Amino acid sequence: MIARLLAVLHARNLEFLRDRSTLVFTLVLPGVLVIGMGFVFGGPERPLFKVGLLGSPLERQAQPFLRERYVEFVAMPQQSEALHKLTHQQIDLLVDLHPPQVYWVNTDSPKGYIVERLLLAAVPQAQRQPVTGAALRYVDWLFPGILGMNMMFSCLFGVGYVVLRYRKSGFLKRLNATPLTAFEFLSAQVLSRLALIVFVTSVLYAGVGAIIGFHSSGSILLLLLVTILGALSMIAMGLAIAAHLSSEELVGGILNLLTWPMMLLSGIWFSLEGSPRWVQWVAHIFPLTHLLDAARAVMLDGAGLAQIAPSLTFLAATALAFLLLGAWSFRWRID
Amino acid sequence: MTTPIIEVRDLVKQYPATTAVAGVSFSVPPGVCFGLLGPNGAGKTTTVEIMEGILPPSSGEVRYRGEPLGARFREEAGILFQKTALQDFLTVRQSIALFRGLYQRGLEVDEVMRLCALQKLAARDSRKLSGGQQQRLLLAIALVNDPAVLFLDEPTTGLDPQARRNFWELVDSIKAKRKTIILTTHYMEEAELLCDEIIILDRGRIVAQGPPRRLLRDHFAEVLLELPRHDFPAAARALPLKILDAHDRVEITTDNLELTLRTLMDAKVPLTNLRIRPANLEDLFLELTGTELRT
Repeated sequence: MIARLLAVLHARNLEFLRDRSTLVFTLVLPGVLVIGMGFVFGGPERPLFKVGLLGSPLERQAQPFLRERYVEFVAMPQQSEALHKLTHQQIDLLVDLHPPQVYWVNTDSPKGYIVERLLLAAVPQAQRQPVTGAALRYVDWLFPGILGMNMMFSCLFGVGYVVLRYRKSGFLKRLNATPLTAFEFLSAQVLSRLALIVFVTSVLYAGVGAIIGFHSSGSILLLLLVTILGALSMIAMGLAIAAHLSSEELVGGILNLLTWPMMLLSGIWFSLEGSPRWVQWVAHIFPLTHLLDAARAVMLDGAGLAQIAPSLTFLAATALAFLLLGAWSFRWRID
Repeated sequence: MTTPIIEVRDLVKQYPATTAVAGVSFSVPPGVCFGLLGPNGAGKTTTVEIMEGILPPSSGEVRYRGEPLGARFREEAGILFQKTALQDFLTVRQSIALFRGLYQRGLEVDEVMRLCALQKLAARDSRKLSGGQQQRLLLAIALVNDPAVLFLDEPTTGLDPQARRNFWELVDSIKAKRKTIILTTHYMEEAELLCDEIIILDRGRIVAQGPPRRLLRDHFAEVLLELPRHDFPAAARALPLKILDAHDRVEITTDNLELTLRTLMDAKVPLTNLRIRPANLEDLFLELTGTELRT
């Protein structure tokens, strides 16, 4: 029995080692994960308070308040956007230290109360502008992320592997002997999965809404449009990957290589505000980032079509591009 | 002369290490059962897959009704591959309906099931069919567009003798409807029973072409004597006889049975296990190539 086991083990090891592309992916993936986790969770300990600064940057030496410990100062170019964050308690205080030295504080925020004491100790003459607004609960912010993550897995793994299995079993070869075109076949796969995803996401949305409740202030139809375009983009991405390949391990490796950075960088669990600029830039390569940006804008801020149009355009364009790439590179049979 | 339904011209298929088809040309008249015979690796499946439009040729071409293979061919051809997997979790009826939906014209699903004796299996999961039932389902799928030309690639390989005979009866009933059938097989009995015309392939080339009976008549005006190899002494090889070596036996062809038997008896060759039979396609292949068909 041991001899047979070892013989099979040896053969499997040889097969794995000789499949160079899969091997490379297997080695690259952990590295990417480590680097990703390092960027997201690494760095110095996070400060206790976050203060937005309006106006041109000031020298730290010129203003004692800017030397406070445990306070993170974030430059805010737009006053309207900064006030929006303050009302949602995403920042604790908003300050313009240029004369006449004005600050805005959310009177509903406990952290705002404390950091206001620190400001007044350093700049007693600062003029107070109160705002109000409940803190956004983490669950309100997280919920679109969880829906998006569920969609991502269903889109990528649910379609890519199926096409691969059809190809390996010879079912695609049989379909190739009919008038069916690659584009028709791929479109059918996309639509089938899209219907499933819209259904599951709708059930989750309604179910979680009924059980624990969450904040959603935008149009439900707009949210449906975001869901459809986001799902289309990610399904087409999965198809484009599986369109040509015949190794399950390679397809699995590529899908993992995509899903893990999306898990970490697309803002499922936490906002990427404050991350290095290039991390945010990389994050916006992924359809999931645009899906979540648009969904959160609609649900949390009640955004309209015009405000999320760039994200929707990105999702629609990538869906079409991936579908065309998939149809162009599609292989019916294993040569 | 009838215009051929399919013409194959100077077909070549090369792979990096081998030439699977090395310049093959033939025409298939409409309404016949046309057989491609040869051992494994002779190039039958490669030739037929190029004819089906599944594989691109390295050079040469296939024409259907005088035109290159195109949308019309895909609409009018029915194909049964050597190995085909169907979509999981579908019943027999659903599997047929899936393929019916891919064609503009065709037969009703119920009619195809009746033709292939699948009515009682309509609700069964297609993965839970026996080998013979599975082949009948694949034949039903190949017939679902009421094809003008039907490709059957090794359709009875792996079936038990009863299932094979049932399948032949089905193909015979399709033949009766004057459909053109392209059949690849390495079962000589199958080819002799079903085919109106055959080509025999060996190492990617045609070594014989014509109706099976005419080919046999042309090559074998004689009867054939078979002896087990261990009964045939080495010295007897020097006898003035037409001797061919087969796998475990020696074959002697003759047009003078009495004289040949007398020669063998004079040479003290044991004749207890002697068999005398008319020549078949397998013998023809052996004569043409010097190797057995079922290798």
